Amino acid sequence: MKKRYGLLMSMVLAAGTLLSACGSDEGDSGSGDKKEDGFKVAMVTDTGGVDDKSFNQSAWEGLQEFGKENDLEEKKGYNYLQSENQSDYRPNLNSLVRQNFDLIYGIGFLMQEDIQKVAEQQKEAQFALVDSVAVDADGKPLENVASITFKEHQGSFLVGLVAGLQSKSNKIGFIGGVESELISKFENGFRAGVLTANPDAEVTVQYAGDFNDASKGATIASALYGQGVDVIYHAAGGTGSGVFTEAINRKKNGEDVWVIGVDRDQFEEGIYDKGNNKSVTLTSMVKRVDTAVFEVSTQTKEGNFPGGQIVEFGLEENGVGIAPTEDNVSEESLEMVKEYKEKIVAGEVEVPKTAEEFETFKSEK
Amino acid sequence: MRLQQILFKLSVPVIAVALGLLVGGIIMMSSGYDAFYAYSSLFSVIFTDPYYIGETVRQMSPLIMSGLAVAFAFRTGLFNIGVEGQLLVGWLASVYMGITVEGVPAFIHVPLAILAAAAAGALWGVVPGYLKARFRVHEVITTIMMNYIALHVTNSIIRNHMLAPGERTEDIQSSASLSSLFLQEITDYSRLHYGIIVAILAAVLMWYLLWKTTTGYELRAVGFNQHASNYAGINVSKNIILSMCISGGFAGVAGAMEGLGTYQYMTINAAFSGVGFDGIAVALLGANSAIGIILAAGLFGGLKIGALNMQAMAQVPPELITIVIALIIFFVASSYLVHWLRNRINKRGKI
Repeated sequence: MKKRYGLLMSMVLAAGTLLSACGSDEGDSGSGDKKEDGFKVAMVTDTGGVDDKSFNQSAWEGLQEFGKENDLEEKKGYNYLQSENQSDYRPNLNSLVRQNFDLIYGIGFLMQEDIQKVAEQQKEAQFALVDSVAVDADGKPLENVASITFKEHQGSFLVGLVAGLQSKSNKIGFIGGVESELISKFENGFRAGVLTANPDAEVTVQYAGDFNDASKGATIASALYGQGVDVIYHAAGGTGSGVFTEAINRKKNGEDVWVIGVDRDQFEEGIYDKGNNKSVTLTSMVKRVDTAVFEVSTQTKEGNFPGGQIVEFGLEENGVGIAPTEDNVSEESLEMVKEYKEKIVAGEVEVPKTAEEFETFKSEK
Repeated sequence: MRLQQILFKLSVPVIAVALGLLVGGIIMMSSGYDAFYAYSSLFSVIFTDPYYIGETVRQMSPLIMSGLAVAFAFRTGLFNIGVEGQLLVGWLASVYMGITVEGVPAFIHVPLAILAAAAAGALWGVVPGYLKARFRVHEVITTIMMNYIALHVTNSIIRNHMLAPGERTEDIQSSASLSSLFLQEITDYSRLHYGIIVAILAAVLMWYLLWKTTTGYELRAVGFNQHASNYAGINVSKNIILSMCISGGFAGVAGAMEGLGTYQYMTINAAFSGVGFDGIAVALLGANSAIGIILAAGLFGGLKIGALNMQAMAQVPPELITIVIALIIFFVASSYLVHWLRNRINKRGKI
């Protein structure tokens, strides 16, 4: 009897030594990195991860490009940390601070709170927040955070031109995720674009109240298409995938409907005929998070960290624009897009961001 | 004999953990990662770095609470898979009390918000309990369904009534907060908060309730054998409802740990937080005992937080730690095999 428990005891002890062995050789591993010189940059993803086909992926592509350009070693010179859960944001940010990264990105406005807290505690570290503006308790910008935002209204204006020209029914739809200042930029830029290209067209605006409800997106899209709308621009994240589903179903039934994608080239999402590579995606409004990440990293490396500033990326900086896939865009539209792109960059056309600005824009027409 | 029994009880989880780490290490090696470096960067920080120690303890508090919730119901023979949902409603209730009640001192406000969380969780637990007691509807099905109801109801309430910029609620009043600048400062600004004290008190409460009161005796009796309990004059239905109620209360307080401690607000959740489901693993590894749950929560909390550093140092994706946790659970669940082997050896010894 005793022997058998002796066996168990020894197994327990063996497990103990195995565990303690794991802990013992940490001394030489952790301290090595700190002595290295050279610029190091890293990002913390939100729960989407670097393969989310959206924001995080785009940001990581920008970092990879920056790494290659500057001959940095992946993982050491540029790296990302993935968050399994929203409670991981802060430990991940702190972990990068501890590894002495020179610039640390938080991707997406969901990370705003955590970036603000960490930035207040770690004054020496430099951060960049994508898609939101980091402020301290008094609402003043934090000196060690660069806030990266995009002029979504400008990109939306361009796709609005395309929608205005290519709608046959003169009825156009806009589906927003949740009503907010950010999505309002998409909506009003788009409406201004449609108005410019086709003053007779009517834009119906609907908000889903959710960024992650594909079935709701499909329901709203179905209602809009049912009213005779033939082009829908969605700025609704995951909700938008329902818009694509609905459009693909209708296209297969022979209806002439289109979707305009958002954030990145969504041509793939709209494919309804694989053999001929046919897609319901008319075009997409792309937000070049990669360009922004690349630019801000380069500036910081050169010693011009834009801390405390809001760095805006618009048409001029190639931060927003229309998607490179132009299969479904007519010659006429492309020319108009080109013309207005130049006008916007030159400052001749001021694209509205809010409902009030849109009304002014409309009255000036 | 008593010592031998304790040793044997301990051997199952300890061996399971060792095997889980071992097999996890083999998976890391076969995917081309340095398993020794990975484990060393994981364990070194959670024992030596104040920041990670703080974060581990922070992570432990909701895990202990959700583990207690699962274990408590299990002692009455019920599988409470609805801890996640009960946690969400508890989280919302605590944050609601934290925001709306103003001008009361912390020693009233904090308990008030925690009790609100417990009440909300208990309410969410009573529904499946009642359905089980009255209509014999299996609690696994109803609790899982209640999870989805909780997720969407809380999201809807936040969106329509409590929305602040950033897809979340306002911050709670500082008088309702469990966070402590002192704890944060000694741990290099981790988010460590006083919730761990609440969690340990709850563990003591569970032990006392189950083992030192008549009610606890009845609850456990129902867990062992409903028919025998009924024959002995115990009201089975009442005890099922009571058990789910208390279990839900524990789960609700787990939500308060997040709402009043870690976050100080509640976000619109696109998906479940996962803490409630981890509670099942914690209870299983902790053998449904109060002390075991605290230890198991420490292990899983440490693994989860250590995984973040493992990712940073050894570039091993944090998903691998999810695999390790799954393996540990697998080996605990197969402790049946260990029991069988032990019996075989014992029998042979006797011949």
